[in-house]
Amino acid sequence: MRVNLASVLVDDQEKALRFYTDVLGFVPKVDVPVGEHRWLTVVSPEDPDGVELLLEPDAHPAAKQYKAALVEDGIPFTSFAVADCRAEHARLRGLGVVFTQEPAEMGPVTTAVFDDTCGNLIQIASMTASMTE
Amino acid sequence: MGDVFKALADPTRRAIVDELTERNGQTLFELCGRLVMKHGLGSSRQAISQHLDVLEAAGLVRVRRAGRYRYHDLDTAPLEQAVRRWLPPSTTRLAGSRGSRAATDQEESP
Repeated sequence: MRVNLASVLVDDQEKALRFYTDVLGFVPKVDVPVGEHRWLTVVSPEDPDGVELLLEPDAHPAAKQYKAALVEDGIPFTSFAVADCRAEHARLRGLGVVFTQEPAEMGPVTTAVFDDTCGNLIQIASMTASMTE
Repeated sequence: MGDVFKALADPTRRAIVDELTERNGQTLFELCGRLVMKHGLGSSRQAISQHLDVLEAAGLVRVRRAGRYRYHDLDTAPLEQAVRRWLPPSTTRLAGSRGSRAATDQEESP
């Protein structure tokens, strides 16, 4: 058994695909129709055969409530690894991405949290430079 | 307004004030992360939320809603009022040259 998939619950799959590819820089992997929705995954260009991120519809009524409660408390739905959190924060800010947490050193990692425009907050994290040297 | 000193008597709540001094306007998530990672505090999110309620009741923290997000802002005005109560006017930053009465009536935002 192995983990091959992680999912984020998005309010609009097409909008999500644009944000996760055009803005975040992931690349499309699988896109097949499933009923009224799509089985839609993206992968990191740094690891095209790695874990796929499923852009899953948040169609269940409880999902929207759950997502809203997380967002209100600033809690990210999931977290992605980046080489340099501060540099990635600057890049995304330049693209108009809204951050609810500016980069902060949390012990061995530096983290920041942004809005994915699809109803989720997402954390990016990198090892703090001084800790890896 | 609740008791400022009672609110600050708790070390976790003082750590919250420390972290908000370093960066004002934090989400509950960021505050919890800082308390765990920087202060080694293992309190639950719910416990931190209750500590924030106490600080809010004392007027030291204000919750600011911005769209779907909620941020916590520090308000040091109650501390300044408390300090002015005992310090001679000449030693308080806000007293100025108009004496303690003027200082008491004067509000300054953090």
